[in-house]
Amino acid sequence: MPKVIYVSSAGDSHEVDVPVGTTVMSAALQNGIDGIVAECGGVCMCSTCHVFVDEKYFDKLPPAQDTEEAVLEISAEERQPTSRLSCQIKMTDALDGLIVRMPAKQR
Amino acid sequence: MPAGTLIIGTGQAGFGVAASLRSEGYQEPVTLLGDELHIPYQRPPLSKNFLLGKESRESIELRPQAFYLSHHIQLLVGERAVSIDRAARRVDLASLAALPYEKLVLAVGARNRLLPVPGAELDGVLYLRSLDEAVAIKQRLESATEIVVIGGGFIGLELAAVARSLGKSVTVLETLPRLMSRVVAPVISDFFQQLHTSRGVTILCSRAVSEIAGSRGKATGVQLSDATFLPADLVLIGIGVMPNLELARDAGLAVANGIAVDQNLQTTDRNIFAIGDCAEHPNPFAGARIRLESVQNAADQAQHAARQIVGRPGGYRAVPWFWTDQYDIQLQMAGISQGHDRTVTRGNRESNKLSVFYFQQNRLLAIDSINRPLDHMIGRKLIGAGISVTPEQAADESVDLKKLAKALGQQASESGVH
Repeated sequence: MPKVIYVSSAGDSHEVDVPVGTTVMSAALQNGIDGIVAECGGVCMCSTCHVFVDEKYFDKLPPAQDTEEAVLEISAEERQPTSRLSCQIKMTDALDGLIVRMPAKQR
Repeated sequence: MPAGTLIIGTGQAGFGVAASLRSEGYQEPVTLLGDELHIPYQRPPLSKNFLLGKESRESIELRPQAFYLSHHIQLLVGERAVSIDRAARRVDLASLAALPYEKLVLAVGARNRLLPVPGAELDGVLYLRSLDEAVAIKQRLESATEIVVIGGGFIGLELAAVARSLGKSVTVLETLPRLMSRVVAPVISDFFQQLHTSRGVTILCSRAVSEIAGSRGKATGVQLSDATFLPADLVLIGIGVMPNLELARDAGLAVANGIAVDQNLQTTDRNIFAIGDCAEHPNPFAGARIRLESVQNAADQAQHAARQIVGRPGGYRAVPWFWTDQYDIQLQMAGISQGHDRTVTRGNRESNKLSVFYFQQNRLLAIDSINRPLDHMIGRKLIGAGISVTPEQAADESVDLKKLAKALGQQASESGVH
């Protein structure tokens, strides 16, 4: 099963097995990763599952849709070039080892 | 041991207080109790993907069970609070147990408004608010063929979209002249009426139900006051909710169209907060005391109450936002449009991309967007900062709203205007 490494704003990292097809957001909630709030439940209405994707993996992700791009405009911590919403990242085998850093605040 | 914080209600608001207290560093006991038998779950998917089978009971849980243990949140499900003894700071439960509190948060939500017509109690007449009700509707949808939805608001229309997507024959009845008329402008109502009609749903506005007909205890159709009869083997009712006020009122707290709270979300008892669907609060974006039924309101008020409890002051001020999903269309709403004296439309219906901007004396109050997500998000920023584009700028698609918002924001911060 592919793995995702979640890195907190304090620098702690947690490695989680994520089934293919599961989003990086919901895997975080299922595995007790604090730092992902997911207020709207994954419908692209809030920005509380914002993550900074490690540069090595960023280009492997399908590009963000307009809705996700818009939501990133309101993130609590300002967006960076590799910002994504973790609810929009579905796990694939090609993403094995994906590293995402979580912002210090989501709200 | 200190009594800590007791939260009544396990919906988005109640859950949010418990989670926020822990993320704010609160060290005292936190107890979260509710009368539903399930651990806290999201309600929005109940009228959408849960019924379509794209979400499960597990996938809509706000957090897995282990979260409550690891965050030292005592979660008591299937427990009903029956009274509050404010002098003793104690809540009595239906199970005859009692729980002490230092701070009490009422996140008691609302319940379905019942349709006051003969036959509403028949088998095959269902309402939707809870997971159990959604499970019942999902089961009925397997065999039902002819469905009448009573109520052309968000819930009724989401249910209609789901039922139609499952191949059912669907009719929506609305007593007012247009859909979702209490919250959106006519152009949005028209868009959704056309959307539903194009998918094969029959929409009947300005119609009143006089009776639900039945045979051997089962619903067989809906009788309208104009003598129309609509056969139905499933009747779904979504005509709004009423706040749960009894617990607060019986404890002597002020209530109006909700449990009355001040700008800190405190009731008339300083140790008791009320938040979410049940709370009537002064809302700076409505310029009035209002009650809001939304995820945003529940989550933001939860965080605010938690901050008050840990001693972080500041009045409640969060931009209201809402959404509804019908078929593949998402309507996004920012701000409160009530009281507007002018609307302008950006984009058009032909392209399936449009936003309606609502103004009051040229001040931007709210934006409703269909397939224009950037308008919505920029709108949340503008409304939150109390800065306004002009109606002319809003209507002109050659104006880049993102750049304009940035420039206006800079101007406002330089001149000290907020």
